[in-house]
Amino acid sequence: MAGGIEGGDADRARRFRDAALPHLDDVYTLARYLLGSAADADDAVQECYLRAFRHFEGFRGQAIRPWLMAIVRNVCRSEFARRAGTASDLADVAEDALPMWQEADSSPETALLRQRDSQAVAALVAALPEPFREAIVLRDISDLSYREIAEVVGVPIGTVMSRLARARSVLRAAWLKSQNQPQFEERSL
Amino acid sequence: MTCEETRILVHALIDGELDAGHAREVEAHVAGCPGCAAQLHDYRVMRQALAAAALRHQAPAALRARIEAALPARRPVVASSRRSLLQGFAMGGLLSGAMAAGLVVFVMRREEGQGILGDVVSAHLRSLQGDHLIDVQSSDQHTVKPWFNGRLEVAPPVVDLTAQNFALIGGRLDYIDGKPVAAIVYKRRAHVINLFVAPAAALVSGPEASPTIEQVQGFNIWRWTHAGLAYWAVSDINADELREFGEKLVAAINGGA
Repeated sequence: MAGGIEGGDADRARRFRDAALPHLDDVYTLARYLLGSAADADDAVQECYLRAFRHFEGFRGQAIRPWLMAIVRNVCRSEFARRAGTASDLADVAEDALPMWQEADSSPETALLRQRDSQAVAALVAALPEPFREAIVLRDISDLSYREIAEVVGVPIGTVMSRLARARSVLRAAWLKSQNQPQFEERSL
Repeated sequence: MTCEETRILVHALIDGELDAGHAREVEAHVAGCPGCAAQLHDYRVMRQALAAAALRHQAPAALRARIEAALPARRPVVASSRRSLLQGFAMGGLLSGAMAAGLVVFVMRREEGQGILGDVVSAHLRSLQGDHLIDVQSSDQHTVKPWFNGRLEVAPPVVDLTAQNFALIGGRLDYIDGKPVAAIVYKRRAHVINLFVAPAAALVSGPEASPTIEQVQGFNIWRWTHAGLAYWAVSDINADELREFGEKLVAAINGGA
């Protein structure tokens, strides 16, 4: 009878809603940083939740947050693949194609001490090239464990570690550079 | 340990992903290497600044409403609107957020008797998402209690348990099983406790019931039926603390009435 089917659907919807919706901000945040625009992120997150609900029956056991974030990441990547010209932006980068260490020199004068305002920090993160931006968002903004990041991105944990090391190295270099430019200086009063 | 190894592993150290043995090795290397020490310092500063910078975005309420509206509801009577909603969803948001938000109330807040505990958890979760935890913000029971006048058919008891370490922070109107209920909001440390109060006749069958605790979807729910009112307290605090909350509440209601 139709009522039974509706009931099953509703139970599934209820379980899905209760499990998946608390992670909406994290999913949305990843989409915002991957796609840049709020409108695109809206569409990607809707599509993500639609797909996730469709496949919710097959989802068992694992933590749901990395699962959702892997889905939204795939949605964002296919969105990029569809846009001609920008397809390379989210393409996989060969790990050894990236320079290993481009650490900025450390000395007392270059130490990264300053508390930056949110906007300046957000701009630095947004300016990071992929896959570094993604690594920073997953680890430093959404607080995923290395194992969860490995699951979202689909790479071994060792790759997560080296990627994160490089991502922070690039971010630190950009940070040091920006804090030495007067227009970014913050007055301590 | 070499500098190269250290410069990967400092991140795992900062992130708490390193086992004790490797953590000691990294710390030993850093102690004798000013270059690596400076980097570790910078990365710690950077991680703190990232954490403090409010870089997490909040999903727009309209987006949340569209997603909720696209999920199936139980009642067959809404099946057709659900189907058209799903279609709108699949086609990329043809539906306006405001319209969807109105429908969410219609399709979501209806459940049969046995679904009430699930409804209680859903209402609790909804209150934690977005910015609708409280309609009336006050730690004063004499402000919160009158606020419900005219909004509900009953006057829920509002007791201040701040002295018992459950701080009253306010109240709001919510819905359980499609019926308006009082939600009185308390905090224990950083944890929210929603206390829902409704006329017992409308929502639960059977006579007075002494307090019980059960777990639903990972949340603890304390329930009590007394003097014609049904109470549900739901929170993610542990069962013992929630039981304590219940005991203080019962004592205050019995003693204060």
